[in-house]
Amino acid sequence: MRVTIASPLLSYTGRREVTATGATLDEVLRDLDRQFPGIRFRMVDEQGGIRLHMRVFLDAEEVRDLAAPVDAGRTLHIVQALSGG
Amino acid sequence: MASRSPALLVATRKGAFILKADASRRSWKTSAPIKLGQIAHHLVQDPRDPKVILFSSSTGHLGPTMFVSNDRGRSWKEAASPPAFPKAREGHKTHVLGHSFWLTPGHASEPGVWYAGSSPQGLFRSEDGGQSWQPVSGLNDHPEYSQWMGAQENGTPDGPKLHSVIVDPRDRNHLYVAMSSGGVHESLDRGATWKALVKGMAVVEGFPAEQLYVHDPHCVRLCPSNPDRLYQQNHCGIYRLDRPGEEWVRIGRNMPAKIGDVGFPMVVHPRNDKVCWVFPMDGSMVWPRTSIGGKPAAYTTRNAGKSWTRLTRGMPARDAWWTVKRQAMCGDSRDPVGLYFGTTSGEIWASRDEGTSWRCIARHLPEIYALECAEL
Repeated sequence: MRVTIASPLLSYTGRREVTATGATLDEVLRDLDRQFPGIRFRMVDEQGGIRLHMRVFLDAEEVRDLAAPVDAGRTLHIVQALSGG
Repeated sequence: MASRSPALLVATRKGAFILKADASRRSWKTSAPIKLGQIAHHLVQDPRDPKVILFSSSTGHLGPTMFVSNDRGRSWKEAASPPAFPKAREGHKTHVLGHSFWLTPGHASEPGVWYAGSSPQGLFRSEDGGQSWQPVSGLNDHPEYSQWMGAQENGTPDGPKLHSVIVDPRDRNHLYVAMSSGGVHESLDRGATWKALVKGMAVVEGFPAEQLYVHDPHCVRLCPSNPDRLYQQNHCGIYRLDRPGEEWVRIGRNMPAKIGDVGFPMVVHPRNDKVCWVFPMDGSMVWPRTSIGGKPAAYTTRNAGKSWTRLTRGMPARDAWWTVKRQAMCGDSRDPVGLYFGTTSGEIWASRDEGTSWRCIARHLPEIYALECAEL
């Protein structure tokens, strides 16, 4: 599926848009990590929680559960909120 | 071997910097920022393989990680498997690593071994030069962990921390760690089992001293010239411990009463176990933790804490409200010892004469978290 990448993670992918495969959000993020080692831990903590300021949208629908099914025909948007100075 | 330059590895809230000096340590040059925007928590050179520098990092929003340089800081590669707590078993308390706060190279006989102390409190070990990290289960899974650490809200505002990871130069199995909060602990079996060493340490008035979670050592250092001697700057005083003794002696009682003995950093002399340096801060009322009265000063003892000397030559005489964090003061191993401290207002000050006189060698940097001496 098509995946767009937040700018703080571009050091891993080198480009704004990549592709990854998987039937669930977890599988897609693991596939991303296979392609771009280290990227998953910056987004997901060791207990399987999506980090506070990371947001993942399937098209326009926000997904917070790693077990959520994803549809290869849709676009996964990985975005990051910013707070503080 | 080519002679190397004195250097400082600077960790700031907005990235890392490297300062290099000429051999006389008079002239210092600051590098461009390294990983600008990433929080740099600690950078440490490997004394066993000086090409190697580890760099603990996070950002305000991405998860924590570790960078490794194998070319004295010219290039950096992310660790394959940075420190992380294990996935919690069903029904057990979960821990999520905020960041690796403190880095310590392992024993001279164990090339490639490193320790990392984390926030929240945890201890991790790498055996491959920082590429992959494993939790030290004897501490992180200790049955009394929650009694040592207390609740997260008991920790410092930036998160509770495990710091001051010390490896006895005579015995690779003999470790010390300290926790804010959680006290000072010792292991004789490379981290498998632990024993608290808090006797003699004061706590904030009104709190129960018998509870480890109220103990707040800020920085503990072992004297390289006498590994049986430790000095400690605590939230509540300056201490010395001579092993095999187990009771800390509050040598800060000998500080001037109007200065007190509150502070963050502790620096020990590389060759003289009677000498250490501290940077006192204001611990009155609401704890401003700035230079007392706006008049910055380091203090040194040259007699193991019996008396203290104020060191201010070159520093502003007034109106300087500095904070120097626990990792932001260090000494090199040259003769005379060079001393360095960094402020949260982004200045670095240096002394080439063991603290007698000081000079600002960098300013306008981001908030300084940590300084370490290096040879690059």
